[in-house]
Amino acid sequence: MILEHKIALVTGASRGIGKAIALELGKHGATVIGTATSESGVDYINQYLSEAHVSGMGLVMDVSNIEHISNGIETIQKSLGNVAILVNNAGITRDNLLARMKDDEWDSVLQTNLKSVFCLSRTVLRAMMKARSGRIINISSVVGTIGNPGQTNYAAAKAGMIGFSKSLAKEIGSRNITVNCVAPGFIDTDMTRSLSSDLQQSLIQHIPLGRLGRPEDVAAAVVFLASPAADYITGATLHVNGGMYME
Amino acid sequence: MDITEIEQRIKKIVAEQLGVNESEVKNESSFVNDLGADSLDTVELVMALEEEFECEIPDEQAEKINTVQEAIDFVAANSTQ
Repeated sequence: MILEHKIALVTGASRGIGKAIALELGKHGATVIGTATSESGVDYINQYLSEAHVSGMGLVMDVSNIEHISNGIETIQKSLGNVAILVNNAGITRDNLLARMKDDEWDSVLQTNLKSVFCLSRTVLRAMMKARSGRIINISSVVGTIGNPGQTNYAAAKAGMIGFSKSLAKEIGSRNITVNCVAPGFIDTDMTRSLSSDLQQSLIQHIPLGRLGRPEDVAAAVVFLASPAADYITGATLHVNGGMYME
Repeated sequence: MDITEIEQRIKKIVAEQLGVNESEVKNESSFVNDLGADSLDTVELVMALEEEFECEIPDEQAEKINTVQEAIDFVAANSTQ
């Protein structure tokens, strides 16, 4: 299997896209650590990993908390080894029109969605540099590229990930570490299910493939970027959006 | 820890980190000019020294460590071991 003996860390793995990524990486042989903010989330991750016969575990980690991050990585290193594949997936939304947006709505989205990418990448980087190999895959969003009213905070964080990834890719390319983004379009998850059905219908009209994406569509792109097939790809953003935005 | 031991350990780390032969690593060797280090190599080297000697090297100090001798002097002055 292409990811055998690789340790993969997937943040925000208790549902939606993160869950699909964790399962898909596991299916290809990786040992998967999935993070969630609550014990019940971790229990659920442990449950679905074992049902799918994937080795690994759930881990409580609030990615907006830098101590949680360093303690979590230390736990992983002690119990399993060094992280070879980091998937920064955890994200939240706090939508509001800018004219009404509170500082807290801005700060919490930037903290959880973008600062976590910085903190986690920095924490796993040292071991990857020593190993002279590693994969960092950041889950951005089509919204980071085309914008969306009510999501200035979310779009800023998701666009920020792309600039971050390109810069880090240039910094550590010589160490055979690749850094890429996957930018999902509208995927059928809890996050998009909260949109009104009218809005969902009008969104679908702008998707050439005529449907919302599945979490598995995104997970397949992540597995590709994590696999040896993507050895020569770095600083790229892979759009998985049914054609709703074409670069 | 005496200075000879520090010197030996540092030269070993430098050789490993920069992929050069230990015999090429002289006290006066500059990491960048003589041993071919780039900026990332220098950062890795500082991290390796921090690990080896269990000390923290602040950025403004790290910038002043450009040669093997400068690394030896820093460790001799700051190591707690």
